[in-house]
Amino acid sequence: MIRSSSKLEQVLNQARFAVTVEIGPPKHSSATGIIKLAEVLKDYVDAANITDNQTANVRLSSIAAGVHLHQAGLEPVIQITCRDRNRIAMQSDLLGAYSLGIRNVLCLSGDHQKFGNHPQAKGVYDLDSIQLVDMVRNLRDKQVFQCGEKIKQHAPRYFIGAVANPFADPFEFRVLRLEKKINAGADFIQTQCIFDMQRFEKFMQMVRQRGLHKKVPILAGVNPLKSARAAEFMQKRVAGMIVPDEIVERIRQAADPKAAGIKLCVAQIEHLKKIEGVAGVHIMAIDWEEIVPEIVERAGIKPGNYPAW
Amino acid sequence: MIIAKPKPVAKLVEFTEKFDKILLVGCGGCASVCAAGGEKEAAELAVALRHWRQKQGSALAVSTAIITRQCDAQYLDSIAKQVTRVDAVISLACGVGVQFLAECYAGKPVLPGLNTVLAGGAVQAGLWEERCGLCGNCMLHQTGGICPVSRCAKSIQNGPCGGSQHGKCEINPQMPCAWHLIYEKLLATNRLDLMMQYRSPKDWSKEHSVGAKPVRKKVLP
Repeated sequence: MIRSSSKLEQVLNQARFAVTVEIGPPKHSSATGIIKLAEVLKDYVDAANITDNQTANVRLSSIAAGVHLHQAGLEPVIQITCRDRNRIAMQSDLLGAYSLGIRNVLCLSGDHQKFGNHPQAKGVYDLDSIQLVDMVRNLRDKQVFQCGEKIKQHAPRYFIGAVANPFADPFEFRVLRLEKKINAGADFIQTQCIFDMQRFEKFMQMVRQRGLHKKVPILAGVNPLKSARAAEFMQKRVAGMIVPDEIVERIRQAADPKAAGIKLCVAQIEHLKKIEGVAGVHIMAIDWEEIVPEIVERAGIKPGNYPAW
Repeated sequence: MIIAKPKPVAKLVEFTEKFDKILLVGCGGCASVCAAGGEKEAAELAVALRHWRQKQGSALAVSTAIITRQCDAQYLDSIAKQVTRVDAVISLACGVGVQFLAECYAGKPVLPGLNTVLAGGAVQAGLWEERCGLCGNCMLHQTGGICPVSRCAKSIQNGPCGGSQHGKCEINPQMPCAWHLIYEKLLATNRLDLMMQYRSPKDWSKEHSVGAKPVRKKVLP
């Protein structure tokens, strides 16, 4: 059943192995950089996520960046976090983004404001990520605002994404929470960056036991490591991550850390392709997005060259 | 109970620099219990303020008083005489006490000596923790008696979020993740069905921050 006019939904609906990428908008008011990036990436990915002030740092808005990408021919998935807006502002932005051609939204709680460049800001968290998913679904399927008021015409019909973090705790509840998100209306799932493949395999096994992979496509998150410093940062500083020491060590010992990072990422994608229930990959190469075409080519997942899942 | 913390002495020096005579008013309620604004703290602050002014080469007359509860109008008259003799009053109560005093002695500057921080209790000697978010819509029956509004950094209703690891909150490795505690409690009491239950968006209009709301109760004459 097609719910929206999203191209990503069509790809996933055809059971083609999907590739999405993550783009962090700039900390200034020019879109030139992301438009160039869209040109580089558009033939290699099905859609691009635009982060919403990631790690609580002020950046060009995800909706505005999404419109630039859309115009440049790269389908955007706008991220919306619960940190900065209440239900009124969120719904208003969802109407506005839809009117500008945006069809995919990814719903997240958001990194706490403490991590960013305005730690004194008041965190909003009027809704949580699951309530946000439910609200976006009701805009589409029931044509009602969160308060229950009917949307008389032109209700926005989004393809709704949610995230899952197999590396957060309590581990055994993570699959159940994913199920809560699916029940609330998530149409697709993107996961946190995977480095601990064993844990992810276990997670997917639990997903399959509950049949969740048949309800929604799950895109596995990967992150090409650019340097030993980046690996250590991921391991020690990013909330909710697990990076095994052996991976940090491998990058640290490499004569060419970038080449090692690419090789590792390609190998991870090869592995993920074989896991039942993985419908695609989500490549998070923040500040290194230009490397994505090479990774996509080498992993053999370029759109038009899809393995079935 | 309301938990408050003393403002830095330097801040109170700044508040009082234009005055010669001040009255420090302690509160016998929560502020005493949390060791922020009782008799002892008032006496110590008086010494500090006098000493500071002395170093500047002048004198500040500081007297002290204690009121049973500053948030209760019936106790406020007890300091009426002392108030007439000073230029300003510093209240060592929570924000409620400061306002009750300011209303009672409207002609006199009444300044806050404390920062009011949370509703909570002592978990060990000298350590107080937040336990209530004053949301006006208690959900503790669904969460194993653990409050996610005050104890989750994002006040989420369907946790834990993806930042919870090893039982701790993403914002502070010392702070337990409230939703992890809730999960363990519900697991132990065989109520995981409550974890799976979807809780719809909370009605924040019942919350403390939405204007000054009266609470009425019929009082027998």
